[in-house]
Amino acid sequence: MYSFEYERPKGISEAVGAVGEDDKFLAGGQSFLPTLKLRLAQVDKLVDLGSIAELKGITVSGNEVSIGAMTTHATVASSADVKSSIPALAHLAAHIGDAQVRNRGTIGGSIANNDPAADYPSALVALGATVHTNNRTIAAEDFFVDLFETALEEGELITKVTFPIAEKAGYAKFPNPASRFALVGVFVAKTASGVRVAVTGAGPSVFRQGDMEAALDSNFSPDAVKGIKTDASGLNSDIHASAEYRAHLISVMASRAVAAAS
Amino acid sequence: MILSAFVAIAPEHKLRVIAPDVGGGFGSKIFVYAEETTTIWAAKRVGRPIKWTADRSEAFLTDAHGRDHATHAEMAFDADGHILGFRVSTKANMGAYLSTFASAVPTYLYATLLNGQYKMPCIYAEVMAGFTNTTPVDAYRGAGRPEATYVVERMMERAARDMNMDPTELRMKNFISPDAYPYETPVIMTYDSGDYPLTMNTAKKMIDYDGFQARKAESASRGKLRGIGSAAYIEACGIAPSAAVGSLGAGVGLWESAEVRFNPTGSVTVFTGSHSHGQGHETTFAQLIADKLGVPFDQVEVVHGDTTKVPFGMGTYGSRSLAVGGSAIVKAADKIVEKAKKIAAHLMEASADDIEHSHGVFSIAGTDKQMTIGEIAFAAYVPHNYPEDLEPGLAENAFYDPLNFTFPAGTHIAEVEIDPDTGIVDIVDWAAADDFGNIINPMIVEGQVHGGVAQGIGQALLEGVVYDDTSGQLLTGSYMDYCMPRADDLPSFKVEATNTPCPSNPLGVKGCGEAGAIAAPAALMNAITDALGKEIDMPATPEKVWQAAQSA
Repeated sequence: MYSFEYERPKGISEAVGAVGEDDKFLAGGQSFLPTLKLRLAQVDKLVDLGSIAELKGITVSGNEVSIGAMTTHATVASSADVKSSIPALAHLAAHIGDAQVRNRGTIGGSIANNDPAADYPSALVALGATVHTNNRTIAAEDFFVDLFETALEEGELITKVTFPIAEKAGYAKFPNPASRFALVGVFVAKTASGVRVAVTGAGPSVFRQGDMEAALDSNFSPDAVKGIKTDASGLNSDIHASAEYRAHLISVMASRAVAAAS
Repeated sequence: MILSAFVAIAPEHKLRVIAPDVGGGFGSKIFVYAEETTTIWAAKRVGRPIKWTADRSEAFLTDAHGRDHATHAEMAFDADGHILGFRVSTKANMGAYLSTFASAVPTYLYATLLNGQYKMPCIYAEVMAGFTNTTPVDAYRGAGRPEATYVVERMMERAARDMNMDPTELRMKNFISPDAYPYETPVIMTYDSGDYPLTMNTAKKMIDYDGFQARKAESASRGKLRGIGSAAYIEACGIAPSAAVGSLGAGVGLWESAEVRFNPTGSVTVFTGSHSHGQGHETTFAQLIADKLGVPFDQVEVVHGDTTKVPFGMGTYGSRSLAVGGSAIVKAADKIVEKAKKIAAHLMEASADDIEHSHGVFSIAGTDKQMTIGEIAFAAYVPHNYPEDLEPGLAENAFYDPLNFTFPAGTHIAEVEIDPDTGIVDIVDWAAADDFGNIINPMIVEGQVHGGVAQGIGQALLEGVVYDDTSGQLLTGSYMDYCMPRADDLPSFKVEATNTPCPSNPLGVKGCGEAGAIAAPAALMNAITDALGKEIDMPATPEKVWQAAQSA
């Protein structure tokens, strides 16, 4: 690890003011700290968001669940509000990494990193969530741009994510046996504006599977998507799984997500 | 010793190694690593202490890897299913540099075990060891014997399938009979004792082998593929008679040594050359003394892992600690008993020949006169009334060089259910019936079997070192990519032991540390093969299994 300055502000505007060109916000640090330790990244200053109370917490109002950027996966997983309004989201959070990761890792940190195998992006895209930052709101589909790339500008800070409550939603994940990241994860949501199917792990960034959405719009059942194939070209291929296997798993996981939807 | 004699890095009497409470070894800590030698050399060069620590990433790159064979095998049978001959040709990867045991693993520890548990009239084995650009490959829990078991046992199941026989019946037909010991194989070894039909029948009963077809049908009704597979393994442990390894070219002797020291107030300190790194020697060795000399278990302290304190040791590997190191302790304890008899005879005014010993109590035969070992120890250190020709004190040391290898053997049976949609292999049941000879501490033995099977399952399903095809870069350089077995990958194990005592050491023990790792890969891959109806190579990753299931 290279040396760096460290700051721990108490408020959002203070945090935004503290971060300069070669600085980074620090959320749960579950991806970024190992990167620093391996000297794969270097910063002048880390602005730790851990003391900013207004970035934490979950509220439900009307037909929307709002989750503060610094809310940990464990908090989301065990939240009675999330479990009753969007059980699939609590289920997803409960299966991120391991207990240590869930106790430190946050929703804001996860989506800002946009790891292609992270779980949360699929939930945001399928549920049609909105990402709130210190100066604007971004629709989930516009937020996730590409591999480890988001719509965030330099120094822009995620404050919360709001999720419309779906009629039904389900998440099924095929974990990478080693890392337990999603080799393929499929989030299916039946919303007022139709069914949305979002796939993580399989491509460079989260994407929607339109054929499956159309099929589920007319018949929301596991069998409706089982036979629908995804084109393997452009999907990830690595030592854990070929693109063809990932394409196949999308159908299997989509079917299981529909079966699990509640 | 290797550092002094062969690398000439420091005179032996100036070299002190302190290694308390090391967390696990599994082979990789046996070897002399360049970093260790370099650190000592550099410290001498600059005249200052030097500390060197390898982190996990470094360990992935530099710690010796294990098990890298490509093997072609042929087995011949007569029309009734009796083995006529076995021919094996193996290419073994040594890595880029030759590690300490490297070439011994695919030769002396592999080819010599290709006889398995069977009557094999002739065996031809050809092993070619080659250098590549990988990390050195050396001994890993089982070392050569898992590879031998894998070849023999995959062949047996394949043969049974080709001959439309039940694989366990084919094995039964070919087992060495329990009354045939000592049994000399065509590949050097003389098996000491065993009852292979018993371990196989025990394992079959434990897993309800006969009820398998009904369970398979039930799985099929849920769209799942169920399979069952066995491995009847044998290993050569308790390594080894020095003369035997010397004749094979080893540069060292493979004895062990121990000192048993009574303290004046009756407690005992055992100094052992067998290092304990998680195997529980402190418990098992203390039990040996408690049982033999009647000293309360908690009055026995076992000291290891510091070269200025302990006598010489040749290492904890090859399931040898109890069979070789434990036998040295027993030999030292025997000397204690002999001396104590003389002291007791003097104090009780009898002839030493008339003194009988049982669990620390020394009595005059045919009388009720007796003394305890504690009283005798005190008299030995406060020798006011003491035999003139006897040295004071009660401490003895002994070296033990075994007469033969020991031959633990057994049968493991795995039962799996495969999800053809994903290729996930769910291990639904596991039966391990092992013959380790006499057992000193059943709980420790069971723990060793659990750990060994877990590692074997890891090898069969999850673990595999991958290098980039073009750059040679190690791709599995962290636990993000190298998959270790975790608790939720494993079933509950059913473990039982049968016992044919080992005739070649005073404890009758055979060793248990590697058995699980030796049996498990073959048993599990046989079960997967049975479920799929076709063969795939380790590791049976979900994608590989899925692809096989598609065309099954």
